Amino acid sequence: MDQALHPLTRPGARSSPQRGGRAARWPLIAVGGVVILPIAVGLWWTLLPAFGHLPAVAGSGVASSPWREVFAYPGLWTAAWLSAFTGVAATVLSLALSIGFCAVVHGRLGFRRAEAMLAPILASPHAAIAIGFAFVIAPSGWIARLVSPWLTGWSTPPDLATVGDPLGLALIVALMIKEVPFLLLMILAALNQVPVDAHMKAARSLGYGRGIAWIKVILPQIYPQIRLPILAVLVFSLSVVDMALILGPDNPPTLAVLALRWLLAPDVTSYLPGAAAAVLLLAIGLFAIGLWLVAERIAAHVGRFWISRGGRGVASEPGLRLAGAGVALVFAFAALSMLATGLWSFATAWRYPGALPVDWTLATWSAQLPMLGRPAWMTLSLGLVTTLVGLLMVIGWLENEGSNSDRMKRASLRLMYIPLLVPQIAFLFGVQVLLVRLGIDGSFFAVAWTHLIFVVPYLFLSLADPWRALDPRYARSAAALGASPGRILLTVKLPMLLRPLLTAAAVGFSASVAQYLPTLFAGGGRIPTLTTEAVALASGADRRVVGVYAFAQSFMPLLVYVAALLLPLYLFRNRRAL
Amino acid sequence: MRSNRKSQMELGLKGVRISVGDRELIPPLDLAIPAGEAVTVMGPSGSGKSTLLAFISGTLDPAFAAVGRICFGGQDITAVRPENRGIGVLFQDDLMFPHLSVGGNLAFGLPSQIRGKARRRGVVEDALADAGLAGFFDRDPATLSGGQRARATLLRTLLANPRALLLDEPFSKLDVALRGDFRRFVFEHAAARDLPVLLVTHDESDADAAGGRVLTLSATSGIVQARRPRPKVRLGAAAQAN
Repeated sequence: MDQALHPLTRPGARSSPQRGGRAARWPLIAVGGVVILPIAVGLWWTLLPAFGHLPAVAGSGVASSPWREVFAYPGLWTAAWLSAFTGVAATVLSLALSIGFCAVVHGRLGFRRAEAMLAPILASPHAAIAIGFAFVIAPSGWIARLVSPWLTGWSTPPDLATVGDPLGLALIVALMIKEVPFLLLMILAALNQVPVDAHMKAARSLGYGRGIAWIKVILPQIYPQIRLPILAVLVFSLSVVDMALILGPDNPPTLAVLALRWLLAPDVTSYLPGAAAAVLLLAIGLFAIGLWLVAERIAAHVGRFWISRGGRGVASEPGLRLAGAGVALVFAFAALSMLATGLWSFATAWRYPGALPVDWTLATWSAQLPMLGRPAWMTLSLGLVTTLVGLLMVIGWLENEGSNSDRMKRASLRLMYIPLLVPQIAFLFGVQVLLVRLGIDGSFFAVAWTHLIFVVPYLFLSLADPWRALDPRYARSAAALGASPGRILLTVKLPMLLRPLLTAAAVGFSASVAQYLPTLFAGGGRIPTLTTEAVALASGADRRVVGVYAFAQSFMPLLVYVAALLLPLYLFRNRRAL
Repeated sequence: MRSNRKSQMELGLKGVRISVGDRELIPPLDLAIPAGEAVTVMGPSGSGKSTLLAFISGTLDPAFAAVGRICFGGQDITAVRPENRGIGVLFQDDLMFPHLSVGGNLAFGLPSQIRGKARRRGVVEDALADAGLAGFFDRDPATLSGGQRARATLLRTLLANPRALLLDEPFSKLDVALRGDFRRFVFEHAAARDLPVLLVTHDESDADAAGGRVLTLSATSGIVQARRPRPKVRLGAAAQAN
């Protein structure tokens, strides 16, 4: 009887009712081929030119000349320092504010409501936020106009470097506008996995204040789950290009911008130092990650001592409230930034130091409409195509992970974080080399592919938890009723998961809309999107025109978010449990 | 709801053994459940009762290692896909699909061979009426009481025309008054269809209500002991232990 081995346990035929027989391999191949492979090839094809090897373009063989050229650049060390400083500062401040905010508002903010509140900022592309923020803080910006001349006495814009300041402070604050909401969302999602209320009650009954109880009891439990998001924020912040172009210092710029200048120069020989600078940024990114992990250990050690000392921390509550106020300030900046782009786009004229435009008009919009059409259409179609293809890949992945062990699930999460943990510029030039060799650079397909590298992880991060949280007995019930795996997926799982599916789609769509570098490199200038146009216009053009592009760029993903929030309300209006 | 189709088939477990890692959950088990009998497997939580049912219904997690065969009549169904086994399962929770109406849930179980929107709706309406749920077709399952949802779930299972019924503590979450009613409801329907039933529970009174043989699963020694069937009034004429 022993030889009647159940087929479910036969090696290589791992199975579950959800996939009725065997695990399909295509999702693994699709994610590997579409997401991971281009990163690996891209890194390789950035590394080679960094050492002088770019056959048929700028020379072959190994040479150290690209590095000599990079190190001979006068502001190189300032640029490298700026990248590291702005990245680390934005990450530390964003994390501190997010933690303080969560400690203060604990129990007063549900996940769904928070998600809806954060949606507008999460939906807004980085470039649009940066443009709006520049409109707000510039010497001739909205804030200066609001307090002039009655408070400041300025009747002309003051001579202050509030945008492009040499320390990159404007860039740091703009990064925080995007990263604080992201970290808040990640923390709130992690909180769902911990018995927060019971532990808070226990700690508070021992005499701990609300905020300090959260930090001493809850934070250590959720930190492992927000570690990867924090590292993603760190790498993104120190390698960001579009925001640094708009708000960062100019001479020297951050290392990422410096690398981009070389890589986009008309002279092909400058590709080599550009690739070397990109590799240098990769090294800085890896070093920063390593440093963060060491700091984590130290913080854990100190933290254990601090917690075991038993201080009830009543005195630290004001500090936490300060962090809460900081988050409120960040949100206020976000709201002003988004509003500013809209106001400018509808302004007839907005003379300094008037607090509001002189009058309103649709003239800028109608004048820009002919030029706006193609980028808007490209943005929309890229977003829709990549979101749909990405959803198919991610659903296939999750559907086939069925009953994998927790270790496998953690491994797949790490895999999905790879695109977010490698500085974009460190592999996108190499991806362009790959696309040129395949003869598909500058095509819609190529741009969609590079967008997918980033859309897939965001879809996965957004969908994995709700997907895995769905009670597997629903699928088992359906199977016992005679439903095939395909029917279970279509008629039970997907409808029950409609809300998280639509949210994930909105997240994926806005990730696509926000992509600047991938569009630039893979599109080769032939696939304009609202983002590339907005960034290109940001430095010089009329604020009203820039406002049109930035506003359109924020508005499109926001509409998708709103639809994602409202559609389930309508579809499930008679379903109380959903 | 009444079906004249008597399955007349025996659900058999032959040399079934389930373990996870080094731990043996189900020691070698041979069991034949004739049509109409409701056999109970008793055991504390964590003893592997539900795992046994998952194996029989074909939804065992690959983390478990299982050996042995499951047979219907003489036919080995161990390798048959879960959806083709024709084995109905009731879980501890009702698991009504929240996105479908009550009628939509029941129609989900109804075989697709029954065609035509009106005809399918008619069959479901009849089943609901028989169970005292007339007029519930378009209701949101979330608006039903616990007892109503439990009954609707059994109806959903029976509409799929199962050849056997597995009960995974479906009574444990109902309060005492409801429990007796729902138990009677389940065993009467199972007996009327002459289904072999396997119930797992840790509640003695469930086993009494089932009326068939009782096996006890011990978490420590893992021994399965068969208790003799109790001489008591059986539900349904066909309930016969061999």
